[in-house]
Amino acid sequence: MKRRNKSTSILLEVIAWVSGLLMLLPMYIMFVNSFKGRAEIFTDTFGLPESFSFEYYAAAMDKMNFLSAFKNSLLVSVISIGLIIIFSAMTSWMLVRMKNKLSNGILLLFVGTMLIPFQSVMIPLMQYLNKWDIPSLNFSMINTHYGLIFMYIGFGLSMSVFLYHGFIKGVPIALEEAAMIEGCNTWQTFWKVVFPMLTPITMTVGILNLLWIWNDYLLPSLTLTSPALRTIPLSTFFFFGEFTIQWNLAMAGLVVSIIPVIIFYLFAQKYIIKGVMAGAVK
Amino acid sequence: MKKSVKRNLIAAAFIVPSLFIFINVVIIPFVMGIVYSFTDWDGFKFAGSNFVGFDNYVRVFQDSDFLTSFGLTFKYAVCMIILVNVIGLSLAMLVTSKIKSRNLLRSIYFLPNLIGGLILGFIWKFVFTKFFVQVGEVMGNSSIFFNWLDDPTASFWALVFVGTWQMAGYVMIIYIAAIQGVSDEVLEAADMDGAGGWMRFRKIMFPLIMPAFTISLFLTLSNAFKQYDTNISLTNGGPYGTTELVAMNIFKTAFSMNQYALAQSKAIIFFLVILVVTVTQVVISKKREVEQ
Repeated sequence: MKRRNKSTSILLEVIAWVSGLLMLLPMYIMFVNSFKGRAEIFTDTFGLPESFSFEYYAAAMDKMNFLSAFKNSLLVSVISIGLIIIFSAMTSWMLVRMKNKLSNGILLLFVGTMLIPFQSVMIPLMQYLNKWDIPSLNFSMINTHYGLIFMYIGFGLSMSVFLYHGFIKGVPIALEEAAMIEGCNTWQTFWKVVFPMLTPITMTVGILNLLWIWNDYLLPSLTLTSPALRTIPLSTFFFFGEFTIQWNLAMAGLVVSIIPVIIFYLFAQKYIIKGVMAGAVK
Repeated sequence: MKKSVKRNLIAAAFIVPSLFIFINVVIIPFVMGIVYSFTDWDGFKFAGSNFVGFDNYVRVFQDSDFLTSFGLTFKYAVCMIILVNVIGLSLAMLVTSKIKSRNLLRSIYFLPNLIGGLILGFIWKFVFTKFFVQVGEVMGNSSIFFNWLDDPTASFWALVFVGTWQMAGYVMIIYIAAIQGVSDEVLEAADMDGAGGWMRFRKIMFPLIMPAFTISLFLTLSNAFKQYDTNISLTNGGPYGTTELVAMNIFKTAFSMNQYALAQSKAIIFFLVILVVTVTQVVISKKREVEQ
């Protein structure tokens, strides 16, 4: 690389930081206004608040039932992503190892339908899963967390199978054969030998699915009607609709909504960025 | 048990669970959707609905709101493609240059992606309606700082702005991966041959990171077409339905106006358009890729 002269690198540095601060500006505005009273917001949206009291936070968390929403989001995301990983890793491995017309056909079914937008299936999907109700067992796919998880798995599989399949094609078969000779059955071979080797792509699959499932609003808005089942995006939506006039309360609610994401990001940013990179290279 | 039967059973155990869920969540509803779009289904009992041929499709093309939404979505997609990729690539160039704290900046640029479209839209709603208005007052009738969400044209740009703000960091990551894949030797060779900064970018870097363009354009395009969350939280279609993107139009046709069969026909057309546009885009960009 050519040595840049000093003024160019200072200029680049300045541009980079100005862009960075601009990126953060809305977050800053949201944060400072979550502490301000109504009058203060009316006169000054930019400055620091007169006092940092958490009264709006307490009210917002209470009104949006935050702890319940957080628990619901966590439950739904973790189980959905766990099952997406298990199912898509198993399926992709078998599809790679089978290598016949049927396995190609199944792969094509998973990957070829990636372009179907959610809007094209949502109306019949709700109608169809509604038919699965078994009132005597209190079983219903609509307005239950397991129903939502079932749908997340369905929608998450295409991309996950695609990523796993691409990765597994590059994994040598020798170790598996050795394990089989040692007396492992297929199930043991997969979990003890193959699955650990897939860790890098498992991270990617997990992160890419987390990015959309955690933030998804549309699917919960269609399937969940009970307030007690709401996930964070859904409870934020209803909360915001009710409190748009009280901006301070609304801002406190938004800050609370994104805190879990920020905390997670602080710990996992290296993996998140790696995961997105790995997902894109395919 | 015969060996081959056993092998098939084992294979099925690995594949059937995924396949079962996938078929029930995606394939069956998709096929049902195609069937519904040719009937006068009212959203409740399908039995008793009549086959109406292409009637719904004819109605879709007479629905001026839908056509407006589609036009708006195209415009939105084009603006997003240009802005997201220009800004994403620029940010990628910045954080792969030798500036300090490039890792921290990378994390900051990517941050909006984690927050999600719905919540981002709400945050920006406050910024536009309160912060922008106050800055405008301080600056005295500014042409930039006013409540964008009150004005149909500015509202559209608000959607583009927030969408870009969210997605630029994502495609930046993709471009970083591509830029890091370009070997230093090639760039040094270009230097030796006397290529300047711009020349080096255009003739060496640009062709070599073409695969990243294919992916980034594809992602931006399909995301822009499917945009719903930010549309709901930022403008909710307003003012006066002037910023209703196509995903929102389909949703409203079904769940607010209860015209399920019509909405389903719109959804099928929506799918076909996404299919044609994205496949065309990928084919065109693939042709321009070169081997390193």
